[in-house]
Amino acid sequence: MQASVRPALSVNIPPTVTNTAPRDSTPALSMRMTISKVNFFYGSKQSLFDISMGIATNKVTALIGPSGCGKSTLLRTLNRMHETIRNARLEGEILLDGQNILKQDVTSHRRRVGMVFQRPNPFPKSIFDNVAYGLRINGSKAPLSEAVEKSLRRAALWDEVKDHLHKSAYELSGGQQQRLCIARALAVDPEVLLLDEPCSALDPISTAKIEELLVQLKDLCTLVIVTHNMQQAARVSDFTAFLLIGQLIEFSPTPQLFTTPGDPRTEAYITGRFG
Amino acid sequence: MATPTATVPSAGPLVGSRSFLAKLREGDEIARLITFLFAASVVLLTVLLVYELWIGSSLPRHKFGFNFFRTSVWDPIFDQFGALPFIYGTVVTAAVALILAVPLGIGAAIFLAELAPARLSDTLEFFIDLLAAVPSVIYGLLGVFVVVPLMRSYIQPALKSTLGFLPLFQGPAYGVGFLTAGMVLAIMVIPYIISVSREVLLSVPRDQREAALSLGATRWESTWKVVVPFARGGIFGSIFLALARALGETIAVAMVIGNQPIIKASLFSSGYSIAAVIANELTEATSNLHYQSLIELGLVLFLLTFILNGLARILIVATSQKGSAVGNA
Repeated sequence: MQASVRPALSVNIPPTVTNTAPRDSTPALSMRMTISKVNFFYGSKQSLFDISMGIATNKVTALIGPSGCGKSTLLRTLNRMHETIRNARLEGEILLDGQNILKQDVTSHRRRVGMVFQRPNPFPKSIFDNVAYGLRINGSKAPLSEAVEKSLRRAALWDEVKDHLHKSAYELSGGQQQRLCIARALAVDPEVLLLDEPCSALDPISTAKIEELLVQLKDLCTLVIVTHNMQQAARVSDFTAFLLIGQLIEFSPTPQLFTTPGDPRTEAYITGRFG
Repeated sequence: MATPTATVPSAGPLVGSRSFLAKLREGDEIARLITFLFAASVVLLTVLLVYELWIGSSLPRHKFGFNFFRTSVWDPIFDQFGALPFIYGTVVTAAVALILAVPLGIGAAIFLAELAPARLSDTLEFFIDLLAAVPSVIYGLLGVFVVVPLMRSYIQPALKSTLGFLPLFQGPAYGVGFLTAGMVLAIMVIPYIISVSREVLLSVPRDQREAALSLGATRWESTWKVVVPFARGGIFGSIFLALARALGETIAVAMVIGNQPIIKASLFSSGYSIAAVIANELTEATSNLHYQSLIELGLVLFLLTFILNGLARILIVATSQKGSAVGNA
């Protein structure tokens, strides 16, 4: 279905998008990250076109769009994970607290911008060691067990695992594993947490728990979530960006994007006419 | 077709309700029977092998009993046969081989899987697979013409002058001996370790690496603390393979070990291995006792391989940390 619709659409897409900032953003809103004029290439194939947007501090920003629209690619540029792919090239500027992340030391930048992946991917270690991993490699001076407990509490997992912290992480359920991965990412106190379709491998109950958690986590850090699930974006996010074949079509406060979309393509997507 | 019906157990109430002929027509039952026979043949062969070795070695078993394992005299003229020097030589050369080959092989595998550009990695892999397929007699020749002179003139004198205070590196440097045999074995088993370990490392899920990187790990930290531990089950598998090959290697060892049934702490000393003595003496065995002692040595080698592999596996299970991928893979 997608394949038949997308080529037709691509003809009509303007080369640049004008409404790159949230339309009625209040002046008090501060931006944790700013993406400006980002073009992204895999080899000679361009997959992001002139993307500019801001990531508001202590808010949840959702990236939505059909498969292959570049939302995951955009997310991965935010902690420079794209650099692990051969032939990947990024043009443009991404700022974190006003500094260009592409000029920073990559490992210390990634420490500030954590990531949670599509599939729960705990390390083959104990629950405790999973959470402690980031603290250990960063040479944290804080007492480990306290830090681990704090992170597990923040990820709403502590009560379920406190009696068997030294069990293998693989003995947890999928939803628990994903919350463990969130705890692992939170342990190093990131300023921004990136989530790449964190619930796509989970059942509805686990998904609900994670969504609830994300809303709570806003107080601790800034969140960016890629999701296939529009209801999820509507439930958890403050701002939503709609991407289509590498272009940012619309970026607005979430209620506005879902109730009065400013672009016919956004409307077509959120009403389920394609994607 | 009546006989197999009796031996194939019913596959459960659901399947059992259909007639055997119907199942035959569907092919499931035939596939099951044929693959079962193939699998059973492995067990059958092993049992047959042990049985033959056991029957064929009755003479020395009755004459020497457990002394066969305890005594170190091997004298065909006076019909005295003790296996100890051969067991010692086999274990020592395999140990030397693994000590040299394991770090080198795993290091190379990490480079090929994690750090090298894909094209270089694939090219090198081709040559490594080629090396694994070289006949062992060629490695024996390499040993005789290259490793032995090198050992005699350079490596052994150097070891003697630096580490000579250790009993391991004392005595005259003949070139042939435990150390040389171990070294040739190391060269032979390295391709196995590299090839299998590289494959295992490459199959570690991408998101494991990325999880480590996203926490601020350097590339090396993600490799050493996440990817390698994740792959450790498979890496140990490659070491088992190497151990099995080192224990059983015959001709290359026979060419460089010196072929004297000696037990000495010094790795410079000549020695003998089980496989080498069987190959060298079986055709020339004059007395029945000599012949059957060689067969008993074969039994010993079989058991040795079995026991060492078992011990290695126990060691891994005992040392693997909780939640390691070994148990879950």
